[in-house]
Amino acid sequence: MDEANAWQLIATGDPTLFAIVRLSLAVSLAAVALAAVIGLPLGASLALLRFRGRAGLLVALNAMMGLPPVVVGLAIYLLLSRSGPLGGLGLLFTPAAMVIAQTVLIVPIIGALTRQTIEDLACEYRDELAAMSVGPIGRMMTLLWDARFSLLTALLAGFGRAAAEVGAVMIVGGNIDGFTRTMTTAVALETSKGDLPLALGLGLVLLAIVVAINAAVWAVRAVAERLAA
Amino acid sequence: MRAPMTDLPLMLDRVSLSAGATEILDRLSMTIAAGQPTLIVGPNGSGKTSLLRVCMGLVRPTSGVVSWGGRLDAPPVRRAFVFQRPVMLRRSVAANLDYALAHAGVARRQRPPRIAELLARVGLDGLDGRPARRLSGGEQQRLALARALAREPEILLLDEPTASLDPAATRAVEDIVLAAARSGIKVVMASHDLGQVRRLGGDVVFLVRGSLRERNGAIDFLDHPASEDAARFVRGDLVI
Repeated sequence: MDEANAWQLIATGDPTLFAIVRLSLAVSLAAVALAAVIGLPLGASLALLRFRGRAGLLVALNAMMGLPPVVVGLAIYLLLSRSGPLGGLGLLFTPAAMVIAQTVLIVPIIGALTRQTIEDLACEYRDELAAMSVGPIGRMMTLLWDARFSLLTALLAGFGRAAAEVGAVMIVGGNIDGFTRTMTTAVALETSKGDLPLALGLGLVLLAIVVAINAAVWAVRAVAERLAA
Repeated sequence: MRAPMTDLPLMLDRVSLSAGATEILDRLSMTIAAGQPTLIVGPNGSGKTSLLRVCMGLVRPTSGVVSWGGRLDAPPVRRAFVFQRPVMLRRSVAANLDYALAHAGVARRQRPPRIAELLARVGLDGLDGRPARRLSGGEQQRLALARALAREPEILLLDEPTASLDPAATRAVEDIVLAAARSGIKVVMASHDLGQVRRLGGDVVFLVRGSLRERNGAIDFLDHPASEDAARFVRGDLVI
């Protein structure tokens, strides 16, 4: 019964449902893009540079992969709240705040996976690049480019975490109907309200999106790897 | 753009290299001047690879002095290196060459004709668009040679480039190396294949356990070795 209603909501293109889906995708994709801009160079630098305290930083980065979303949400909430240091920006309870929270959440994932990938590849490329007199910046760009297919997986892992989490977006977004309500916060809300069809429908869409994006990336990877080996 | 200075002669003065307690090179002195290919010969583990890496400037000796054309700190602009197992970038054949040319300071619009010319020089014409990592071992080694030649080197250092190749692929690589030598590039190549020494050899640097045991013309080295170790090596005995 509930399940049938859920399919009906999806099949009829229920506007509320699709507005929520659109916002969720926009927020998580923006967070992945932002986290990639930060996490890829961060990971590559950690892979290539040797400095004091590097080991400690690596441990911290790896540990942060498991950051509890509610804690990140709380921290961003304190930063952005009226009395917080960034309160003047008025970002709390907006999609921008949600993007920031998810970015903080997934930068460690993208950074740590990038670090591992680039470090392995750097080992393989070191002599050859040295013999071609490639400088430090050139080396980083080369490694990031040549590891592009593996890094796609790192970005995907980041997207998966961003799209699936509830705690952070709930706290900093506020789950405002039609404005900051995402799939995960809506599922939580509708379930507690007892509107199981909508909750189920959203859950199914969320699952389908995650599967579809994984499949698309997998296909791109397979084709591109065949072309570029 | 390119410094008019020359990297030759390449001189090593009492060069030692150690890793922990292991002495890899032991007070090795030699001069490499323009001319016929110089072959670095010796049993496995005698320090051939390390010697080449020191010559390229990839590793600094633990003690002793290396100089290129009298300069102590010459960046490897006019030197190129071909590794025993070259690593191809995860790109097409043409992109691999484009990369090498770019890092040799060749302007973007001058690269396409150079790529075509280099591919022809190593017999890989028509393979431009192939993923480099899909090439056979011999083809990869030829692409590595093209990449090295892209730097227009004065000194071309090769570390047993034919060690894992079949005879046909070996012939192809040797032909490219000989052509490079004839065009005036100083070839310095490690080998433990005595047939190869006879085919390519100008002179021979014979290493045993990291020290220079004999320096001789290639044919003399093979037919009338001066040292006891060289005689045993040429006979096919194990030199330990």
